[in-house]
Amino acid sequence: MADKLVEALADIREDEAMKIAQEYLDRGEDPKQILEYARQAMDLVGERFANGVYFLPELVMAGEMMNEISAMVKPKLASAGPAAKKLGKVLIGTVKGDIHDIGKNIVTFMLDVNGFEVRDLGIDVPKETFVAEIQTFKPQVVGLSGFLTLAYDAMKEAIDAITAAGLREKVKIMIGGGQITDEVVRYTGADAYGKDAMAAVTLASGWIK
Amino acid sequence: MSKTGKALYDEKMARVNAAIQLQVPDRVPFFPTAHMFAAKYAGMTFAEAFQAPDRWYAANLKLAVEMDADISFSPDFAVFSSAGAFSAVDFKQLLIPGVQVDANHSFQFVEGEYVKPEEYDAFLDDPTGFALRVYMPRIYGTLGAFSMLPPLTTFMMGYAGMGAIAAFSAPPIWAGFESIHNAAVEAAKFAAAGAAFQKQMAEMGYPLWAGGVALAPFDIISDFMRGMRGTMMDMYRRPDKLLAAIEKVFPWSIGGAMAQCQMSGIPRVFIPLHRGADGFMSNKQFETFYWPTLKRLMLGLIDAGLTPCPFFEGSYNQRLEFLTELPRGKIMGLFDQTDVFRAKEVIGSTLCITGNMPIALLHVGTKDEIRNYTKKLIEVVGKDGGFIMSCGGVMDEADPERVRIWRDATREFGSYR
Repeated sequence: MADKLVEALADIREDEAMKIAQEYLDRGEDPKQILEYARQAMDLVGERFANGVYFLPELVMAGEMMNEISAMVKPKLASAGPAAKKLGKVLIGTVKGDIHDIGKNIVTFMLDVNGFEVRDLGIDVPKETFVAEIQTFKPQVVGLSGFLTLAYDAMKEAIDAITAAGLREKVKIMIGGGQITDEVVRYTGADAYGKDAMAAVTLASGWIK
Repeated sequence: MSKTGKALYDEKMARVNAAIQLQVPDRVPFFPTAHMFAAKYAGMTFAEAFQAPDRWYAANLKLAVEMDADISFSPDFAVFSSAGAFSAVDFKQLLIPGVQVDANHSFQFVEGEYVKPEEYDAFLDDPTGFALRVYMPRIYGTLGAFSMLPPLTTFMMGYAGMGAIAAFSAPPIWAGFESIHNAAVEAAKFAAAGAAFQKQMAEMGYPLWAGGVALAPFDIISDFMRGMRGTMMDMYRRPDKLLAAIEKVFPWSIGGAMAQCQMSGIPRVFIPLHRGADGFMSNKQFETFYWPTLKRLMLGLIDAGLTPCPFFEGSYNQRLEFLTELPRGKIMGLFDQTDVFRAKEVIGSTLCITGNMPIALLHVGTKDEIRNYTKKLIEVVGKDGGFIMSCGGVMDEADPERVRIWRDATREFGSYR
C-alpha cells in the first residue's frame, strides 16, 4: 500500500498533498523521507505519462508540486546528503535559432525521472556551447531538439562542430522535434531520433549500459 | 492554348471544391503550404519579405504560377505586417526575421504568461479595458504608459468622462498613440499591397486558400494570455475561470473570421490548432476544454456559408473520433503527422483530408522517397476523391527542386480520369 503522500501527489491532488506533507513535517517526519515520497510520486507520474494516462497538464502540475514540497522541507534539511546514483549523463538543448522548448522539457522530465542526470542548456543554443558543455559535463548522450525546419541545418552544424572538436566518438547523439524523421537523421549525422519522450529514454538507456 | 483568368480560376476552384465536398475531381488538387517558402523560391531573404511588400507578394505570385498551384497559401498568414510596423510599436510577442532573428529564419512567437492567474476576473469583467490598460502595455514596448489610463468605463458615465480626460495629456501616453499611428501607416502600406496582390492572383486565375483566420478559443487563452504552462495549471487550479475565459473569447474568434472573409471575399477560414494535438492533453481534457468551442466555431462558420480549414498541427490520431461529429463535406482539414491512412477510414467520409507530405522529404528526401510517398498518398488517401495534396506543415526552407519533383509526381499519379 503506497504512502498517502505518494498517492496524493501522483494523483495530482495538490491541496491534499501539500496538507499531508505539512502534517508529516509537523509530526517530525525526516524531511529526506518526504523528498523520497515525492520522488516515488514523480516515478508514478512518469510511468502514467509513458502509458498515455497522463499528459502535459499532469507533468506541469507534478513539477509545480515537486517545487512546493522542496521549498517546504528545505529549511528543515540538515544536509543534502549523498545524491542518488545516476544511470548516466545526458546533455540536452534546443538548437540555435529555435526557441521552442515544450518537447525538450518533456524529454528532460522523463529522462530525469528515469534516473539520468540531465543538463538542460535551454533554447537557441549555439553549437559552441554544445561543444564546451560536452567537454566539461562529459555526457554519454547528447539530445538536440528543434521544432522548426531551420533546426535541420542547426542540428547538422552542431554535430559537425562536435565532430570537428574531436568529440563525436565520445557521445551518442539523438535528435527530436516536430518535423524530425529518419531522413533528417541521415542529413544531420545524428545517431537516431526519438518520436516522443519515451523514445528518448529508450535510446539513452540502450546507449548507456 | 492553356486557360487564363476567370476560366482558370473556375477550373481550379471546381477541382478544390469537389475535393472539399468529398467528390472526385478531374485530378488531385495541389496546394503547397508555402508560408515563407515563396521568399526562398524567389531568391529573397525572409527579412526582405517583411520589408518589401511588393517583392514579397510578387514572389508569392511567381510561386503560384510556376507551380501551377490549384490553391495557394495566403501570404498574410506568414508575414502579418511589415517589420516597420512591428518595430514602430516595439512588439514583444514575435521575433521578426532580420530584426530579432536571423534574416533567413522564419518569425518566432514568444510564449509567456502575459496574463497572471489572479487577473482572470479583471479580464472577464472588462476585456476591452484589460486589453488597453494591462495587456497591451505588456506586449507593445511603446505602450507601457497606457497602464496609467483611466478605466474606459468612466466614459460611460457622462460628464465624469471629462473629469478623466486630462490623463491622456501625459507625454508618454501621447507618445504611445504616436507609435500606434506610425505602425498603422506602415501596416496600411503592407495591406494595400496585399489587396492588390489578391486581386491580381484572382485575375490571373490562381485562388487563395483562406480569407480569414480564427483560433480555437482554448488556444487564444493558452497562446496569447496565460501561456501553455499557465493554462495547463489552470485546468487543475481554476478550471471554472479557464472555461469562462474560453467562452468569453469565442464570439471574438468567430466574429473576427466572418468579418475578414467578408472583406476579402474568400469564404475559407484558416484555423491553426495548437494545444489540442495528441500529447498535449487527454481526450477527457480535450472534451472539456478544447473541443466544445472548437466544434461550435466550425459549425458556426459553416452556418455562415464559410469553409473551416483547420490545420491539425502535430498528430490527431487520438482525436479522430471527435471529428466524426462534424457535418459531411464542409471542411478542409489540413493534416501534419496524423496517420492519414487510418484517418481516411475514420473521417474520410466526413471531411476532406489535405496534406501530410512530410516536410523533411522536401528538404532532404531522395527523388524516389518523394515520388513513392506522393504516390502512396494519392492511392490510399486520394482514393475516391476527398483529398488535396499538400504538405504536413509549412515549407519555409524546402528545396525548390524537391518541391518540383513532388508537384510533378502529384500530376503524374493524381489523375482520376
